[in-house]
Amino acid sequence: MQIKKQSKHYDAVIVGSGAGGGMAAYTLAKAGLKVCLLEAGAMYDPQKNITQLKNPWESPRRGASTKFRPFGDFDACYYGWDVEGEPYTKAPGTEWDWWRARMLGGRTNHWGRISLRFGPKDFKRKDIDGLGENWPISYEDIKPFYDRVDKLIGIFGTNEGLEDHPDGFFLPPPKPRLHELFIQKGAAVSGVKVIPSRLSILTQKLNDDRGVCFFCGQCSRNCSMAKADFSSTNVLIYPALETGNVDVIPNAMVREVLTNEEGLATGVSYVNKDDMMEYQVTGRTVILAASACESSRLLLNSKSKRHPNGLANNSDVVGRYLHDSTGASMGGVLPQLFDRKRYNEDGVGGMHIYSPWWLDNKKLDFPRGYHIEYWGGMSQPAYGFGGGIEGLNGKFAVRGQQKEAGGYGKSLKEDYRYFYGATVGMAGRGEAIPMYDNRCEIDPSVVDKFGIPVLKFNVKWSEHEILQAKHMKETFDEMMHNMGAIVTWGGDYNKENNYGLESPGKIIHEAGTARMGSDPKTSALNKYNQAHDCKNLFVVDGAAFTSQADKNITWTILALSMRASEYIISEMKKQNL
Amino acid sequence: MLGVGAISATALVSSSKAELPVQKEQEEPVFSYDRAKEELEREKQLIAQGNFFTKEEMATITILSDIIIPKDEVSGSASDAKVPDFIDFIVRDMPQHQIPMRGGLRWVDMQCLKRFSKPFRECDQKQQIELVDLIAYPNKAPKELSQGVSFFSRLRNLVASGFYTSEIGVADIGYAGNSPNQWNGVPADVLKQYKLAYTKKQMKECVKFD
Repeated sequence: MQIKKQSKHYDAVIVGSGAGGGMAAYTLAKAGLKVCLLEAGAMYDPQKNITQLKNPWESPRRGASTKFRPFGDFDACYYGWDVEGEPYTKAPGTEWDWWRARMLGGRTNHWGRISLRFGPKDFKRKDIDGLGENWPISYEDIKPFYDRVDKLIGIFGTNEGLEDHPDGFFLPPPKPRLHELFIQKGAAVSGVKVIPSRLSILTQKLNDDRGVCFFCGQCSRNCSMAKADFSSTNVLIYPALETGNVDVIPNAMVREVLTNEEGLATGVSYVNKDDMMEYQVTGRTVILAASACESSRLLLNSKSKRHPNGLANNSDVVGRYLHDSTGASMGGVLPQLFDRKRYNEDGVGGMHIYSPWWLDNKKLDFPRGYHIEYWGGMSQPAYGFGGGIEGLNGKFAVRGQQKEAGGYGKSLKEDYRYFYGATVGMAGRGEAIPMYDNRCEIDPSVVDKFGIPVLKFNVKWSEHEILQAKHMKETFDEMMHNMGAIVTWGGDYNKENNYGLESPGKIIHEAGTARMGSDPKTSALNKYNQAHDCKNLFVVDGAAFTSQADKNITWTILALSMRASEYIISEMKKQNL
Repeated sequence: MLGVGAISATALVSSSKAELPVQKEQEEPVFSYDRAKEELEREKQLIAQGNFFTKEEMATITILSDIIIPKDEVSGSASDAKVPDFIDFIVRDMPQHQIPMRGGLRWVDMQCLKRFSKPFRECDQKQQIELVDLIAYPNKAPKELSQGVSFFSRLRNLVASGFYTSEIGVADIGYAGNSPNQWNGVPADVLKQYKLAYTKKQMKECVKFD
């Protein structure tokens, strides 16, 4: 076996093409730097690989999920919980579900587009509750980059003047749907704040390269038709390719970061999944954006004389402080909406309203907040439609007639029509405390099909997260009651089932495994996402997060990646890199 | 009650060659939407497997599907919407359905054999409905028929999935989306019906279309 070395030497070798990698490639390429972008999955072009505006009958499985598309047959993301030939392990008695997209653009091709800035307090949580660690930056450091991300990528929402849910540069939001008006009413009675959601979807024209949302509700399929939502592919990578400064290498599974005698990064080695040959590509800087866990796996697998504990890991924090958002949910039906009038209420691909954290933790028995996401209404039928009708048609009279649960025939068809579009649901997404002992490390005895040592996870929720889930469920129960809804699932929460708290990893907001900090003894990266121990190595995905707030992390990944990339450009100009 | 010998004599689920699942010609799957390389390989395998159900099983599935979703004044039946074909595909795609479906069909035939001395598909309509009535209502079904109730509930779910995701079913349920439009909020007559209104703030800040 021989290793093929690419002759071209790049300014930056970027591993991973999602939000962090896409933004780095875009920023560097626009500045004229030569970039090599490696992606472990397939090439993908939303302009050609289309699932948008398809009808359910076009899928033989009617949109049901598969191992290749866990979020459904029309979802835009390749792979997820189970990647062929790429196992991972867990310490006994612990849980971790690891989502891995394998395609150009990664999970940004299907994500929820919920684009929330962190607030000033989110960077200094330790000062407030003594838990975790403060970030080495403040809101003021990142604000200019949030502003520019808003303007570059586009986001709708409203300026509400809320201290910890900062204002931005928003396009107008869509009006709430019918079930959302009921949610708003129920929430008001419960004292839960509801404001327009903040999604990176273009409700008005932003630039000539992209169109405007036409309200098909299918952002999870990626907006092939109008490029009206944010995906790394549509908005960053393909525009970056137009500069001529970026080479994309798909199906490239990176094995390790290469370093020289001085301990500096020189490039990466990778397996080409197509020909299974070994390759090396070199660059002036190496930027990891392979997703929090995959980037830390790479660092831990990149051992050398100068970096015996793994690259950028003198602090021994790489892989540690792994945390996901907390999650708990509840669903039901709104009897007011039975037998409702039909019209197109697809709207944007996601909720039109949401609830930012509205309480003071000083008065609660858990330390950090959560936000609430909502759904419901008349969505496109898919596999699972009408499932469990026996739980509804015996419970509620249909057009005044009390029926026996279950059944068949013309009467049953009437029931499906009667109950369609009356569902409503809500989910909390909260902030977990990053813990030293919650980690991923290299499994000493297991390799993947490429021979790369795999990750072993060791993560447990603490009382903080469990009590937060309890609060979510109690709040949801009350809100459902206040809006007149009947809970049909998720109402069975108790101490034994951790109050319905999803197992860690399930919310797919993993972060923290190469955290930033001012002290090289307790952090892997400095405030510019630059490795303390290796100045030409950067990590620009969720791994860099000191903590992740009660906000989805993508907007912050984008802002930090833009900031780090501009720092790289400036350091190169100064000949520091 | 009939003995085992009588059952095999009726060739209930025969293992004779003629009634083995139909092997389809190796077809190239055609998709109107994006498929990754590995997906296409799997789709090919699913087609190459041929039908999961035997002709007899398919006959029973078709009769039961049309009992669950018959033609009415609004739309056609389950078989009009090719629901049985969907069910055959989905059990190949989701193997967890295979044993409950095959076993459930056999359970139904055994019940019919005991009661009417014929497998379900050969029973007359009255007998078929008599059997379905015993397992279609979970809360009042006899306890000793609980396995039949589970099977029927599963089948009802699969039929609903297949029917309401078909072109006929989507039109029946009245799903009005999946087409470009400008969302201007809940229609005025609907707001009025529910005595709801947008706030002044919402009217001012939200995107509007003329």
